[in-house]
Amino acid sequence: MNKELLFEVKDLSKSYTADKKALDSVSFTANTGELITIIGSSGAGKSTLLRCINRLIEPSSGSIKFKGKEVTSLNRSELKDYRTNVGMIFQGYNLIYRLSAIENVLHGRLGYKNVIAGALGLYSEEEKQRAFELLDEVGLSEFAYRRADRLSGGQKQRVGIARALNQDPAMMLCDEPIASLDPKSSEAVMKQLREIVDTKGITCIVNLHQVKTAIDFSDKIIGLRHGKKVFEGLPSELTLDTIKFIYEGTKDEATEVSAMEQIGDSHLKAGASND
Amino acid sequence: MTSAAQSVQPKYDNSYLRKKNLTIIAAIAIIVLMGWFASNYSDYDSIYAISSIPFALSWLFTNFMPTADSLQELPEILYQTYSTILAAVASTTLASVLAIVVGVLGSNVVGVSSVVVRMALRVIASVFRNIPIVAWALILLLSFKQGEFTGFLALFLSTFGQLARLFLDTFDEISVGPVEALKTTGASYWHIVFQAAIPLAITQLMSWILYMVETNIRSATLVGMLTGSGIGFIFDLYYKNFRYDTAGLVVLVTIIAVIVIELVSNKVRRSML
Amino acid sequence: MEKEIKGMERTSSGKIALKTKENSNNAIKYTLIALVVLTVWTFIQMDYGNIDLGNALYYSLKDFGAMMFQPNLDAGHFTWKTVLSETFVTICVALLCTIGSAIISFFLGLLAAENFSTPAVSNVVKALMSLIRAIPTILWVLIFTVAIGLGTEAAVVGISFHAIAYLTKAFSESFEEINPGTIEALKAAGASYWPIVFQCVIPETISKLLSWTFIRFEINFSNAVAVGAVAGAGGIGYQLFQAGSFYYNVHEVGVIVYTCLIVALILEIISIQLRNRFIIN
Repeated sequence: MNKELLFEVKDLSKSYTADKKALDSVSFTANTGELITIIGSSGAGKSTLLRCINRLIEPSSGSIKFKGKEVTSLNRSELKDYRTNVGMIFQGYNLIYRLSAIENVLHGRLGYKNVIAGALGLYSEEEKQRAFELLDEVGLSEFAYRRADRLSGGQKQRVGIARALNQDPAMMLCDEPIASLDPKSSEAVMKQLREIVDTKGITCIVNLHQVKTAIDFSDKIIGLRHGKKVFEGLPSELTLDTIKFIYEGTKDEATEVSAMEQIGDSHLKAGASND
Repeated sequence: MTSAAQSVQPKYDNSYLRKKNLTIIAAIAIIVLMGWFASNYSDYDSIYAISSIPFALSWLFTNFMPTADSLQELPEILYQTYSTILAAVASTTLASVLAIVVGVLGSNVVGVSSVVVRMALRVIASVFRNIPIVAWALILLLSFKQGEFTGFLALFLSTFGQLARLFLDTFDEISVGPVEALKTTGASYWHIVFQAAIPLAITQLMSWILYMVETNIRSATLVGMLTGSGIGFIFDLYYKNFRYDTAGLVVLVTIIAVIVIELVSNKVRRSML
Repeated sequence: MEKEIKGMERTSSGKIALKTKENSNNAIKYTLIALVVLTVWTFIQMDYGNIDLGNALYYSLKDFGAMMFQPNLDAGHFTWKTVLSETFVTICVALLCTIGSAIISFFLGLLAAENFSTPAVSNVVKALMSLIRAIPTILWVLIFTVAIGLGTEAAVVGISFHAIAYLTKAFSESFEEINPGTIEALKAAGASYWPIVFQCVIPETISKLLSWTFIRFEINFSNAVAVGAVAGAGGIGYQLFQAGSFYYNVHEVGVIVYTCLIVALILEIISIQLRNRFIIN
C-alpha cells in the first residue's frame, strides 16, 4: 500500500498545573496504514497525548495537523467533522450497556446524522446492513441483539472496534485497548487492529504498556517518559537499555524489563543485524 | 522500631483513648443539652410524651377499630383512595418530564456548558423542593379553590422540585466514559443526551419515579386535607365528626394501598435491572 | 447488497431489527406506558371544579409572584418576633424527633439487621416498620392529637413514628454492609454482643448513621411545618396556615416561606455535604 503522510504532531504540550507538564514538546508523524504504539508507564502521558489528538483534552501549546489541516484551531462543527474522521476505542470499552450490540455499533454513524434522527436512533436500512457487516467482521453478528453488558470483555472491545470502524475513520486512537483483557482476548483484539491497518489502510495509534505486544504488532514505537518522547523507531530498534530507561523508577519497571529480558535475545539479535 | 519508640507508643495510645472518650462524652453532653433546650423552648414534656404512648396506642386500637357500621363507607373510601393514587401517579409522571429536562441540562456530566445556567437550574430545583408543600397548597387554594385539581397542582409543584434534585444527582453520577465515547464519534449534544445519558440513567430514573409515586400517596393525604380531596379529605371529615372507627378504616385502606404499591414497585424495579 | 448476515433479524415490516429482546427493557417500556395511561386517565376523569382555569392560573402566578418578590409583614397579623421564634420552635420539634428516633432506631436497626439478629426477629421488625411507614405522618399526628391532646407532644410523637421507621431501615442497611470478616475476627477473639457493637459496629458505621440522621432531620423539619399547618401543633406551620387560609395574605405567606426556605436550604447544603462524604463512596 502506498504510504503517505496523514498526521503530524509538533511540539505538543499540556500542563494541568502550572509547575508540571503532562506532555512536554512531543512531536511525531504518522503515515496512512501504519500501526504506531505508544509505550510508557502509567502516568507517562500516553492517555493525555491520545486525548489531545482528538481534543477531548485541549492541548496547552503545539500543533496537530490532520491531512494537512490544523486541528487545534477548528471550530465546533469542524471539530465534529474531524472527530467523525478519527475513531477511538477505550480501555473501559465505554459502550452504552443497556443497549444492544448493534445499537452500539450504529452509534458510530451519529456524526453523519441530523439531530432528530440521531437522537431517536433512526437509521437507514443501508446503515443497519453496514453495521451488521462490521459486527460480522469482528465475529459478533450472532450477538447483535445481546445487551452490551452481557458480553465478555473481549467481545465488548470488539463491539467498540466495530463502532469506531462504522465512523469510516481515516485514523483510530486506541487507549489501552487490551489492558482489561485476558491474554487470549488481548491477542485477538491486537490481531483485529493489525488486520484493520493492513486491509483498510486505517492508521492506528495505540497506547500500550506491554512492550512485548508493542514489538509484535507495531510498525513504529514511541516511548514516553514523564511526558517527554524518549524513543521513536522501529520495533527492532528497541533495546533493553531503552526499555529500562522508559520504565526506570516506575512500578511497571520490574515486569516490563523482565518480560523484555525473556524475549530479549532473539529480538536484540534482530536489532543488531539491522545495524 | 527503636526501644525508645516502643516505650513511647503506649503512652501515646493512652492519651489518644482519653481524647476519644472525652470527645464521646462531650458529644453526648451536647446532644442532651440541645434536647433539653429544645424541650423547654417548644414546651415539650418528654416524660408525658413517652408515658402517653402506651395509653395512646391502646386508645387507638379500641377507638380506631373499624366496625360493621364503618364498612358501609367502604365504597366511598375505596373511591377516594383510588383518586389519591391517580393524583400521585399523574403528578409524579408530569413532574418527571420537567425534572428530566432540568436534570440533563443542569448536570455536570452532560449539562449545558454554561456554569451560570447550570447553577441557576440547581437553584430553581432547590427552591421548588424546599418551599413547604403546605405553602403551595395555600397559594393555589386562593385562586383554584378546593378540589382535586388544586391538590394535583400542589403535589406536582413540590414533586417537580424533589425529582429535579434527585435527577440532577443521577445525571451527575452517570459514567463519563460512554459520554466521551459518543463525543469522539462526532455526535452532537442531543445525540449524546438521548443515546448515552438517558439510557445510562434510565434504571435509576425509573426507580426514583416509582419511589416518588409511593411518597406522593402519603403527601397527597396531607395536601388533601387542605384542598378537600382524596384520602386526606375523608379522613379529616370522619375525624372531625368523631367517627373514629371509620377514620380507622381509612387508615387501614391507606396502609394496604401503600404496601401493595410498594411491593409492586419493588418487583418492577427488580425486573428493570 | 441486501445480504442476510448470520444472527440478523427482521421486524414484521421487513426492516432490520435493532432492539434487544431483554425483559428488563420491556419492564421499563411497560412501566412508562402504564404511567402515561394512568396520567391521561387521571386528567380525563379529574374534577376541575367550577372555575375558569385560565383565570385561576393567571391569579395563581400573580400570587406566586407576590409571595416570592413582595414578602412583607405590613398587614400586621404577625411580628418578626413571632415568625422567628415559631420557626425556632419548629426546628426544636424537628430536633427532638430526630434525637429520639435516632436513638430508638439504633437498637431497632440492630434487631432488623440480618447479621446482628435472628431471621425471625429481623423479619418481624422489618414488617412492622413498613407498616408504620405506610401510614402518612399527618395521620399519626392527628391520631395522637385526639389520644393525648393537642400540643408539641402529639407533633413530636407523631412525626417520630415515621422517622423511626425510616431510620431503622436506613440504619439496618448500614449495619448489613459491615464486612463480615471484621465481626468474625472479634467473635473469634471471644467478644460478645455488646462489645462487638461498641468496638466494631459503632466505629464502622457512625459516619453513615450520622449522615442518615441528618437527612432525616431535614425531612423532619419539613414534616413539622406541614404538621403545624394541618394539626395546629408545633410552630411556624400554624402561622403559615393562618396567613394563607385565614388572612389570605400572600405577602405574609411569602415571609414565612422564605424563613422556612432558608432553614431548609441550610439543612440541605449540610446534608448534601454529609451524603457526598459518607454515603456515596
